Amino acid sequence: MDADTMQTVAPIEIAQPREAPLSASGREAVFVTRGLTVSYGKAPAVSNVDLSIYRNLVTAIIGPSGCGKSTFLRSLNRMNDLIPAAKVEGEVHYHGQNIYGDGVDPVEVRRRIGMVFQKPNPFPKSIYDNVAWGLRVLGMKDDLDSRIERALTQAALWDEVKDRLKKGAFGLSGGQQQRLCIARAIAVEPDVVLLDEPASALDPIATSKIEDLMHELKNEYTLVIVTHNMQQAARVADMTAFFTLERTESGGHGVLVEYDETPKIFTQPSDKRTEGYVTGRFG
Amino acid sequence: MAVDATRFSLTLSRRTRRRKLVNLLMQVLATIAALAAVAVLAVVIISVAQRGASALSWDFFTKTAATFGQSGGGVADALVGSLVLVALATAMAVPVGILIALYVSEFASPRIADAAKLVLDVLNGLPSIIIGIFVFALLVIGSGQAAWKGSFALAIIMLPLVARATQEVLALVPSTLREGAMALGASRWRTVLGVVLPTSLGGILTGTVLAVARAAGETAPLLFTTSIAANAVTWDPRQPVLSIPIDIFALAESPDPADHARAWALGFVLISFVLVISLTARLLLARYRSKLER
Repeated sequence: MDADTMQTVAPIEIAQPREAPLSASGREAVFVTRGLTVSYGKAPAVSNVDLSIYRNLVTAIIGPSGCGKSTFLRSLNRMNDLIPAAKVEGEVHYHGQNIYGDGVDPVEVRRRIGMVFQKPNPFPKSIYDNVAWGLRVLGMKDDLDSRIERALTQAALWDEVKDRLKKGAFGLSGGQQQRLCIARAIAVEPDVVLLDEPASALDPIATSKIEDLMHELKNEYTLVIVTHNMQQAARVADMTAFFTLERTESGGHGVLVEYDETPKIFTQPSDKRTEGYVTGRFG
Repeated sequence: MAVDATRFSLTLSRRTRRRKLVNLLMQVLATIAALAAVAVLAVVIISVAQRGASALSWDFFTKTAATFGQSGGGVADALVGSLVLVALATAMAVPVGILIALYVSEFASPRIADAAKLVLDVLNGLPSIIIGIFVFALLVIGSGQAAWKGSFALAIIMLPLVARATQEVLALVPSTLREGAMALGASRWRTVLGVVLPTSLGGILTGTVLAVARAAGETAPLLFTTSIAANAVTWDPRQPVLSIPIDIFALAESPDPADHARAWALGFVLISFVLVISLTARLLLARYRSKLER
């Protein structure tokens, strides 16, 4: 199939976005990666990624299992540092500074770039203390109560938990726990929130709440979400990056195939592999 | 019809009968072995209690040994001595043990962590008499015995127990919790202090309690370090103190049959202490596990 026939493929049925996606043009780039390669041991997990992520947009990273989506995401706040075998090459510029450069403190990086994980991971503390812990650690102790209320409200959890703030976080449902983790992450007022398949362990109703939340949150934060649910990407993301697994003799590694505005990725992809994936013919 | 009857027969043939017998035999042997272990414990506790019961009295717990030739007297000095020794040893071993475990599980590279675990296991296997003589050579020669020197020897015995138990529970703390804390911009140490340690508190307590139970019954390290004591109750760790195991030995060697009864009674006290403490530890661990797995 050449580029011309590509243009004429029947429109792909996708989930409708909840509101019109925003355009990246004219926006400030929060992240610019150049030749980013992350390896575990000798094998690269994701190779040579050049990608820009724009301010106050939701950027989705989609692709089949093992294509390095999560590895890429975790390299944006130096979370891979915690894995001894992980090695990062190339550059990740955050507002112009290379976060892997000399003199950059990974703790400071993570303080500005928060993260929400696949499985809800509340601390074994009360709901209140889950949100308060990060604030206390970072010395944001003034007005603790109102900061906590604001974070829980932003995470659309306040009404459900306001009467039991001192109860343990494990008493919450999975979806509530995940929203608590989001509240915990935004309470410390980060610049970017990275979400690593935040809804994959949740039921459809909880998932829908998380997606609504992302629309709210992008007004204040820049969001990057990894998902293997394409409908989810279509619903929440303004920009979508498609990664795939490139097979090589020594196994394979993830590569960025295509990055564009979400409607374009889902209706007029310019790469055959993207089209195959979003139409469900592959992956 | 006859052919089918043998082919699909469900009754025992000669071969299967033999197999069934062997199976039964092994099952019986294994059950007997298990029962024997329980029986040994029961016999020890019952016989110690029987022989010591006559000596248990108010005086037994509150008085020190009677002067030679007089009747009565008790073992208060040994009880207090053991309390001082074990408390001090716990105070020395637990903080260091927890720090070792933190190093091994949170900070060291996997290779060094494995080496450290091996060293701890070897230390745990070291005969306690060797530790006693080591502390004797290090601290006692030239300056004499003291309770704190006995505690130091006990602390060396407790150290690997506390460190290994703590390290095992730290390994149970899910790495997602650490990541959650680090992703908020917390340093490694704040993560450990604020999230990892509180989560593993139950397990650390269990390890400590088991180490206390072990230290309470140790005799050999105390022989060299704190065995010659004045016949008086003392809480001063700078003085040599009597301890339960040493006193059991001394009383058993006495020519007076009443002292023998006291030795049994003291043994009963020690067993009860260890038993209660071990059961408490089990209970704590069970509660902690169920809390973490929720």
